[in-house]
Amino acid sequence: MNKKNNEFIITKNNNNYEVIIGLEVHAQVTSNSKLFSSSSTKFGAEPNTQVSLVDAAFPGMLPVINQFCVKQAIKTGIGLKAKINNKSIFDRKNYFYADLPQGYQISQYKYPIVGEGTIILDMPYGQKEVGIERLHLEQDAGKSIHDMDPENTLVDLNRSGVALMEIVSKPDLSSPEEVNVYIKKLRSIMRYLGTCDGNMQEGSLRADVNVSVKRKGEKELGTRCEIKNVNSIKFMQMSIISEANRQVDLIEDGKIIDQETRLFDTKKNETRPMRSKEDAHDYRYFPDPDLLPLEITNDFIEQIKSEIPELPDEKKKRFIEKYKLSSYEATILVSDIEISKYFEEVIDKSDIKLATNWITGELFALLNDKNLEISESPISSKNLSKLINLIKDGTISGKIAKSVFEMMIDSDNDPELIVKEKNLKQESDPKELEKLIDKIINENFDKVKEYKSGKEKLFGFFVGQVMKVSGGKANPKLANEILKDKLSK
Amino acid sequence: MSELTSLTLTELVKNIKEKKISSSEITKAFIDRSEKSKKLNTYITEDFASAIEKAKKFDENPNFDLKLPGIPLAIKDLFCTNGIKTTAGSKILNNFIPTYESTVTQNIWDQGGILLGKLNCDEFAMGSSNETSYFGNVQNPINENLVPGGSSGGSSSALAANLTPITIGTDTGGSIRQPASFTGTVGLKPTYGSCSRYGIVAFASSLDQAGPMSKNVKDCSLLLEVISSYDTKDSTSIEYKRDKYSEELTNNIKDKIIGIPKEYRVEGMPDEIEKLWKKGIEYAKECGAKIVDISLPHTNYALPAYYIVAPAEASSNLARYDGVKYGFRTEGENLIDMYEKTRSEGFGNEVKRRIMIGTYVLSSGYYDAYYLKAQKVRRLIKNDFDEAYKKVDAILTPSTPSSAFKIGEKTNDPISMYLNDIFTVPVNLAGLPGISIPAGVDKNGYPLGLQIIGKAFEEQTILNIAYSMEEKINFKNNITDWWIK
Repeated sequence: MNKKNNEFIITKNNNNYEVIIGLEVHAQVTSNSKLFSSSSTKFGAEPNTQVSLVDAAFPGMLPVINQFCVKQAIKTGIGLKAKINNKSIFDRKNYFYADLPQGYQISQYKYPIVGEGTIILDMPYGQKEVGIERLHLEQDAGKSIHDMDPENTLVDLNRSGVALMEIVSKPDLSSPEEVNVYIKKLRSIMRYLGTCDGNMQEGSLRADVNVSVKRKGEKELGTRCEIKNVNSIKFMQMSIISEANRQVDLIEDGKIIDQETRLFDTKKNETRPMRSKEDAHDYRYFPDPDLLPLEITNDFIEQIKSEIPELPDEKKKRFIEKYKLSSYEATILVSDIEISKYFEEVIDKSDIKLATNWITGELFALLNDKNLEISESPISSKNLSKLINLIKDGTISGKIAKSVFEMMIDSDNDPELIVKEKNLKQESDPKELEKLIDKIINENFDKVKEYKSGKEKLFGFFVGQVMKVSGGKANPKLANEILKDKLSK
Repeated sequence: MSELTSLTLTELVKNIKEKKISSSEITKAFIDRSEKSKKLNTYITEDFASAIEKAKKFDENPNFDLKLPGIPLAIKDLFCTNGIKTTAGSKILNNFIPTYESTVTQNIWDQGGILLGKLNCDEFAMGSSNETSYFGNVQNPINENLVPGGSSGGSSSALAANLTPITIGTDTGGSIRQPASFTGTVGLKPTYGSCSRYGIVAFASSLDQAGPMSKNVKDCSLLLEVISSYDTKDSTSIEYKRDKYSEELTNNIKDKIIGIPKEYRVEGMPDEIEKLWKKGIEYAKECGAKIVDISLPHTNYALPAYYIVAPAEASSNLARYDGVKYGFRTEGENLIDMYEKTRSEGFGNEVKRRIMIGTYVLSSGYYDAYYLKAQKVRRLIKNDFDEAYKKVDAILTPSTPSSAFKIGEKTNDPISMYLNDIFTVPVNLAGLPGISIPAGVDKNGYPLGLQIIGKAFEEQTILNIAYSMEEKINFKNNITDWWIK
């Protein structure tokens, strides 16, 4: 295996293979109630406490579409620069399972609510456009719990009927890293829009991964395998590498790849067959006669468009133009809507360059260290802004600022108060500094002599002394100037 | 006052409002007669004790502004009733007690109706003779060992036998109109979207409609007025101005144009049906209507299309009866085994047959050839009616190709059983309203019905035509109470 530039290539027996990846992402729609019932969707409730008669498929119960979920899907479609279809149809996908009360899932098959769109990935080797095939709305199933009772499988229907968006990409992804960036970008767009919280731990975002390989340069795609229900980016990447290698091994051994559905075993780091094409379910899709076709007017779409916030791509462009950020800095700062908000709050009253460095440097390190989201930042944007102003106006040095920053963590303390209380204000009075420097020169006469005779690197020693004597508070720039001046006399 | 049970709804309401009789008296009378009529096997579940309680309550504090003031009635066991077992005629729901009420029945209780019990029907409304019910077949009060029609066979029998003054059924392919025709009663299938399907055990969602069954057209119009309502809990319910059917009922149908579709003259149709139809045309003329010949060219394809669409939807609708959540369950070695045992034992043969047909026609590779084609045929049938209604106000046909047949006569011949629906099925496929009224008898004295099909949402028109013709026909059911010894 070798990676160079943008290429992810698997090499075996001197043959080079490219990997073709397509993703079917299942994103839970942010909504208080389910797709076809008024039950709550809140995560973590006691089993079977958020189940209506509709969700449990009691006789004679009928689905009624939740308009908010439709709106969320349209919003997401707009965020993906996709075509919103004026007419879409809900179909029944028929199969039996204990956690599927109706015996069918209501989904969209031939006529999805959203058609083709695109997502732009910022890769180190430039921008890459990934096509979106479609987005459709569907119900989630319940949950079968196999490990709670020694004899029985238990069923929790809280999730039954929760609205999902299935977002299908074109087979445009060609490396695990692109998958990583794709998922993050998709999640970022949905979080900007408030249509999916993207929380992978709670299962709000999962994906089926389609993988195939082909000899480098070859036009025709290879036979693909679908890896079902992978619930973290790391596992997606691991499963792709493992599956692609499995396929290359088969080809190199002169064997045939069967089109099949596979599962990823995270412990063994390998995929294993779930069902073959012959055993594939015949879902017997047909339009759900309990629901009318979903008709969406252009007015409704326009109204939703007017509510769309600035999205990452546009925000990035604005940050680069308005704040003169580098593309790299802008990409980081717009990656999450909360980060971009925090950033703009900080720079509202402080220096952009310093703020960018402090947020992407000290603050991110802190959040990373404590495993916190920016919304949970122990330092508020207001106080970070104040700290930056203290640096900018020379009240404290960058070095002192770092210790002030440490002192702010515990209870989001006001940096101005810390500087005052701990008397950390920088000494910038030339007269005071001159006095201090004169004293040092007088006390180190032999060193001055050495310096003057050409040992110029001793200058660092004098700076160190100034800092030591001033307790780190001497304005370094000013101290340097005065020192140079005095020593040259 | 044993004669109480032979009064029409309109007469009962009048008597109650005039305080000539009480709800309790009426309720007791119907219960007494029902008790004596067990041989007909009309009831699956009786709720007599609480009916008497409710009647008493009504009498203590009567509200005469209601449309069904203290009127007792029994209903088809396909409507979910809160706290009362609802079986859909199936073993698989033999122990099922809903915690909710169907919209249609709620509308009835809201207008003062009192539940007597739940009436027998074909299993999941699949049948034309009430012989597929897990709870046994129902006798037609017209004669011993005669089927009452189906699937609302318990309803038609109970109504004709005066065990209930009115009743409600459901009609997917003729399940109200055919049993009405077989028992000399009136049955109306409303426009699809008129009556809410919420809380009705589903057979074929795009075809199912609840509707009134009664002894005469006036009663039918009043009950339709009660049960028809826009309901946000049913996405296929339609919001439109519903007429005050009983108040606006008129026998003046002068200049109404009634179409006679030549395609309904099917091969092998008994002479007496042909005669009845001709007689019906004469009656309509006498009532002042104009008669014109029309063509509904795709009629021939209606039955095959219906027996694809309805089973397809049913195969999916019945998937929920899997032994997991409610209803009958047979334990198995594992989940699949439990499914197989539960559904094998829980469903009867006709239901299984339709699930298999439905599963087949939706299967990949067959979908286009069957289901999709059937949907196209359905569209053509609808277009036929649309075309005809440019020229006519209503269409007159026989309700069924024969009178009631003997119990057991067709049970081993499903095709011949399915042919029973030949005149009623196109109406469901097109989503139109249709009413069956008794119009005569065959050589054995068994009732025969005529069907009037209307434009969508124009129930009033067909009710008026039926009302006017009813006067002229002056049909009297000849029921001897043979089952009461």
